[in-house]
Amino acid sequence: MSLSDFLHMGGYAGYLWPAFGLTLFVLVYNIWSARRSLAEARRAAARRIQMEENRS
Amino acid sequence: MQPTGLLAAGRLLYARDLKLAFRRWEQITQPVVFFLMVTTLFPLALSPETGQLRQVAAGVLWVAALLSALLALEFMFRSDYEDGTLEQLVLSGQPLWWLALIKALAHWTVSGLPLVLAAPIVALSLAIPTEALGTVVVSLFLGTAILSFLGAVGAGLTLGIRRGSVLLSLLVLPLAMPALIFGARAVDMAVMGDVSRGPLLLLGAMCILSVTLGPFATSAALKVSME
Amino acid sequence: MATWTWFHKLASPPHFYRIAGMLMPWFAWPAAILIIAALYGGLVLAPPDYQQGEGFRMVYVHAPSAWMSMFIYATMAIASAIALIWRMKLAHAVAAAAAPVGAWFTFAALATGSLWGKPMWGTWWVWDARLTSELILLFLYLGFMALRSSIEDPQRADRASAVLAVVGVINLPIIHYSVYWWNTLHQGATITKIGKPSITMDMLWPLLAMMLGFTLYFGAVLMIRLRAEVIRRERNAAWLREELAR
Repeated sequence: MSLSDFLHMGGYAGYLWPAFGLTLFVLVYNIWSARRSLAEARRAAARRIQMEENRS
Repeated sequence: MQPTGLLAAGRLLYARDLKLAFRRWEQITQPVVFFLMVTTLFPLALSPETGQLRQVAAGVLWVAALLSALLALEFMFRSDYEDGTLEQLVLSGQPLWWLALIKALAHWTVSGLPLVLAAPIVALSLAIPTEALGTVVVSLFLGTAILSFLGAVGAGLTLGIRRGSVLLSLLVLPLAMPALIFGARAVDMAVMGDVSRGPLLLLGAMCILSVTLGPFATSAALKVSME
Repeated sequence: MATWTWFHKLASPPHFYRIAGMLMPWFAWPAAILIIAALYGGLVLAPPDYQQGEGFRMVYVHAPSAWMSMFIYATMAIASAIALIWRMKLAHAVAAAAAPVGAWFTFAALATGSLWGKPMWGTWWVWDARLTSELILLFLYLGFMALRSSIEDPQRADRASAVLAVVGVINLPIIHYSVYWWNTLHQGATITKIGKPSITMDMLWPLLAMMLGFTLYFGAVLMIRLRAEVIRRERNAAWLREELAR
């Protein structure tokens, strides 16, 4: 089986690859957004602590 | 002082809610008027031809009734929440699930029941045959009750939220979909001249489930919102 | 007694924050290995289906996504019930952290189902029972998240959304079966069902590996999101200062 055969997927390429691509996107995006929300939460908490220290 | 019994408290609350509702007449008539309006739109949009109307009548009737009942749902606890009555009810020492049940029942009486009564007229205008009117009334009777008791949970959760009405429909409509499926199906079968017992029984089962379990969820929702 | 003290220790924010951080790679690496192996097994090793040809390979992304959409909703509802009964803050955090991930998987299941439907049914969307109940599930997720985001007080948001999740999970089987019943009544003769190819071992193991891989992946994402939730819920504690200074 050649690479082009593999990519062609028996004529289903137009449906199969977008589906796999989309699922991959969902997997990557969720990791990314989870990490971003953790970083944001840490930043917000650091700001809060900083403000409290400045006040006291 | 004698503590008020469950039944007495229920009767009092029910009578109070009805009295208040009848003082604000437009609140009762609004869902019915909306129901009549929406069902008038369909023949205008589709076709006045009897055969064609009859095909879609069951669906149109049920979707319109569901949306009309949804319209009134927002107001189930709204005024009591704003003027502090709800807080008094929570503190009254009566079980909250019982009060939630009574309030949902009162709400159904003033917003669901009028739809059920208006349904035969609407059904006839949509070319539903007279033999099917019994099924129309029974199915909507059960369906509006399901929506009132299920919707009470959503109404309790969205108390005090700005622009809560859109949120309320997002919360309640997915839960009401089974009722729509069986209700519209029952009416459709009756229109075709079939026996509609099966879906009606299932609708009845759902009604019993929402009347028995709904108030507990509603009281939990109200407690969350009142804190 | 010993288990209870252990439990409380686990549920205390600083402990949990550290444990979640430690566990994350133990979910993430096996998930990555399983998903890559399943991709190779599913796309290369598995033979084409005798009916659907290469098109059946869609199952390797569609079915695991659909599985996750249900698994995550169940996780959310169980966590919500625990949170309501035992007033555990951490369980509220689990429900809040799981919801967006579940919504994304539901979306993925719908989109891949639609992409599978086009070559098999000839249209992008068919009111197939499974796709329809998946769509209703998406509405349930969206309702949960919309309710959370429209209540400002975080504790009230936690408890209100928990009530909704429990009500939703009781209704879910009713919705599911009514949609099936509705579908069998209306289904025309032209619609051929997707799925259920005569499955051989070569086809099956990548599917199972993918499902397990997705589940572990969810575990890894949940750990990251839970750490964020723990920080957000923690007000002004000494351990947080220490942790952030690091």
